[in-house]
Amino acid sequence: MTAPETMMRRIADPAARPDPYPLYEELRRTPVARQDDGVYTVSTYWEIRSLLNDPRVSSQTRPPLVPTPSGARSMLRLDPAEHDRVRRIVTRPFGPPHTPRRVFEMRRGMADTVRGLLDAFADKDQADIVDDFAYPFPISVICRLFGVPVEDEPRFHLWTESLLGAADFGAEHKPDPHLLDPDAAKIEMGGYLAELFDKHRKDPGDDMFSALAVDDGPDGRLTPPEQVATGFLLLIAGHETTVNLITNGVLTLLRHPQELKRLKDDPDLAVPMIEELLRYEPPVQYLPNRRTMDAVEVAGTVIPKDTDVNLMLAAGNRDPRRFPDADRFVPDRGDVEHLGFGNGVHYCFGAPLARLETRIALTEFARRVKGPELVADPPPYRVNPVLRGPRHLPVAYRGVRS
Amino acid sequence: MSAERIDRVVIVGASLAGLRAAEALRDEGFTGRLTLIGDEPEPAYDRPPLSKQVLLGQVAADATALPLARDVDAQWRLGTAATGLDLDGRTVLLADGSKVPFDRLLIATGTRARPWANEAEAALEGVLTLRTSADAGRLAALLDAKPRRVLVVGAGFTGSEIASACRERGIDVTVAERGPAPLVGALGGVIGEAAARLQRAHGVDLRCGVTVTSLEGDEAGRLCRAHLSDGTVLEADVAVVALGAIRNTGWLEGSGLAAGPRGIAADAACRAFDHNGIATDDIFVAGDVARMPHALFGYQFLSLEHWGNAVEQARLAAHNMLCASRDRRPHLWIPAFWSSQFGVNIKSIGVPTMGDEVVVTQGALEDDRFVAVYGHRGRVIAAVSFDHGRWLDFYRCLIESAAPFPPEFAGVDRPPPGTVPVPACFPDPSVPSHGPTVTVSGYAPSERRITFTPAPA
Ligand SMILES: Cc1cc2nc3c(=O)[nH]c(=O)nc-3n(C[C@H](O)[C@H](O)[C@H](O)COP(=O)(O)OP(=O)(O)OC[C@H]3O[C@@H](n4cnc5c(N)ncnc54)[C@H](O)[C@@H]3O)c2cc1C
Ligand code: HEM
Repeated sequence: MTAPETMMRRIADPAARPDPYPLYEELRRTPVARQDDGVYTVSTYWEIRSLLNDPRVSSQTRPPLVPTPSGARSMLRLDPAEHDRVRRIVTRPFGPPHTPRRVFEMRRGMADTVRGLLDAFADKDQADIVDDFAYPFPISVICRLFGVPVEDEPRFHLWTESLLGAADFGAEHKPDPHLLDPDAAKIEMGGYLAELFDKHRKDPGDDMFSALAVDDGPDGRLTPPEQVATGFLLLIAGHETTVNLITNGVLTLLRHPQELKRLKDDPDLAVPMIEELLRYEPPVQYLPNRRTMDAVEVAGTVIPKDTDVNLMLAAGNRDPRRFPDADRFVPDRGDVEHLGFGNGVHYCFGAPLARLETRIALTEFARRVKGPELVADPPPYRVNPVLRGPRHLPVAYRGVRS
Repeated sequence: MSAERIDRVVIVGASLAGLRAAEALRDEGFTGRLTLIGDEPEPAYDRPPLSKQVLLGQVAADATALPLARDVDAQWRLGTAATGLDLDGRTVLLADGSKVPFDRLLIATGTRARPWANEAEAALEGVLTLRTSADAGRLAALLDAKPRRVLVVGAGFTGSEIASACRERGIDVTVAERGPAPLVGALGGVIGEAAARLQRAHGVDLRCGVTVTSLEGDEAGRLCRAHLSDGTVLEADVAVVALGAIRNTGWLEGSGLAAGPRGIAADAACRAFDHNGIATDDIFVAGDVARMPHALFGYQFLSLEHWGNAVEQARLAAHNMLCASRDRRPHLWIPAFWSSQFGVNIKSIGVPTMGDEVVVTQGALEDDRFVAVYGHRGRVIAAVSFDHGRWLDFYRCLIESAAPFPPEFAGVDRPPPGTVPVPACFPDPSVPSHGPTVTVSGYAPSERRITFTPAPA
């Protein structure tokens, strides 16, 4: 007899990717559960939230999902006070109080990019929302924001896919033959970023990487290895997740045609709708990177010291104790404090940017694309169970409004 | 619903607590006649921005209106003060001579700024207090006129926030504080020291251990200088008197309620006590004007001048005045408030003023980024953070579970080993100062039984 499959293995199984929510429901029956391999899963809303704000839980003690070069860690894998210092430095050229208008001022460029991508829909009657829309849009945004030459995009596309595709999630799956060996990808991308920061140091532009390379705030400057680690994080976190949010958004709207129509008639609905989307189909399904530094009691269970913990954001987002009708997509539920961007000190750095990008993408899609319909439901998914999203999303339509 | 029909609910005090109670009453299904009586002429507005965004010119003084979360279908009697309460006749008396009958009354009359004691000096142009939106409008206009120097009298939260706004606008400011440090009444001397450093680092001329003895005007009746107890004379065009608050209970004198300068005593269900210490069944209290016992803090009476407290008690009072007696809920809210000053977000949870000792548990005092925990007889009673507010939920759990003090745990951003608790250094509460925003006032609802006579404020 084979050992019963652990819940984490069942979740990691690519077959579960299109609809992992019944597994999460099962998981929530034991809010804090010890898996066979000793990892604890936490799957209910309040318990996840409390651990995200618990100083006894570390992000630093587990090896990085994406190994960073040169030993420097990104803020994602640092604990306070080090984390806070790095995050303050990286926030300086990005948001308030020092640079309050950076994201807002990108909206026009974003709208132009989306317009161009949707204009290209006009020549066809079917498009892949991933390859033709959700993927190229955020890439062009972060290239502009960070100061990455757009023509280099295919290279770091390959690197990030190779890194993310290779991460071990406990499920057996065939690696994509087009991808690089992850170590090679890591070294190549690290070298590329080091060179890019060098270039910006010598000839700074008004982009974020230039600011990180040359500006000094009250906390000083990141070391060159820290700059590279930050570059890695920003490029990966700033892209893959947004692709999935936009794609999940289109998918969800096509599964709820009445909501698509409402959005078309009332573009302001996008604001609460995106929050609901981050609850209902969060691009980051769980955080596999926490570890206890002390014994922690949650919901009557003591997680021992030095234990790995998976915080199941997507399960918490559907916790019926927190959200009435949790399995329904309700774009204007008023009370929607989801865990899609995490919580606590690591709360998503790029949230304002991701919200604006997704808002422009979804409102324009709703307004312009006539009679869109899913070609396949469910669509094919990527293997990664953490950064979950469709690999392709073919959509048929009957023309594009101008 | 209780057996008695409740057709008329009257709320006196149409500000934060009054408004939230009105909403909650309708949410709870009350369909009868609802009357809100408020002495301020304008619709309810929010006060925290008055010492922050308004003074920075980011928000106009008359633009902090509190939005109603729902239609409350009420009679509004704004610009009319309540002047008396007839307990037996269940009637509120108004300044215009009218009488408003009720089945249930909520008292939410809050506090007002403690004025400068010398009336002639208080009347000088350039001398003011800060409690209302009109006050904030005047102060903002005075700051716009680029005064040579602003004097802030009292370094509690309001005074410190005003000083912070002045510095952010490049205006010279002197803060005079009777105690040894800013915020000392609310947070004690150890954290007060951190606040003092913060003020000085931002260019505040901070003078502790002194009082302002007199304010002097020129011939036109404008403030021109101030005299301090250490003999110094200070040139200033503006003096903001920030010496704490006085509870608006004067209108209840002689009513038979346990109302006095420390507020109106109530039980944990928000029911006001009469002067015999017996809970009334039809009079409820909420917000800054209330003081009530709290199970987690030894059932001592707490007066909390906190935004969150007003909201919480308002909801609780609304629920408890409509429900059957066995469905009443107790006031179990853990006191919490925030302040922003000198670029630092300060948050507090629990009752720091009860703390005997304090210890830094995360971060470092000298970085102005830390969490400090207060202990009372060996248990955790409060926590205060500077730019570390995200952790406070963890500390709330420690307070709720009466965790042992000092808390021992392995975690992130812990101070070096050997960091030990030190005395929290609260000033003797009998020494008058600007007053903390939480006061703990013993056990008895009315200190003197039967012959209750409120002391003058
Ligand atoms: C400048 C300032 C900054 C603040 N900042 C913060 C902060 O950062 N964080 C925080 O937690 N709290 C803060 N507070 C405190 C917070 O605003 C109060 O806790 C809150 O306003 C209490 O609400 P309330 O309804 O109980 O009382 P109030 O807001 O005082 O309202 C009482 C109302 O009753 C009216 N009234 C009084 N007597 C009568 C009468 N006889 N008849 C009719 N009406 C009457 C008053 O005029 C007033 O309108 C601040 C307060 C001020 C003044
Ligand atoms: C829809 C899109 C996005 C989602 C769902 C998302 C989700 C998240 C989540 C859940 C975390 C918390 C990780 C943890 O606690 O361990 C996080 C952190 C982070 N995100 Fe995002 N993110 C998105 C877009 C972005 C964008 C556009 C950027 C960059 C511009 C970005 C940059 C970051 C960074 C730097 C962190 C680490 C913050 C820290 O450790 O303090 N993210 N994100």
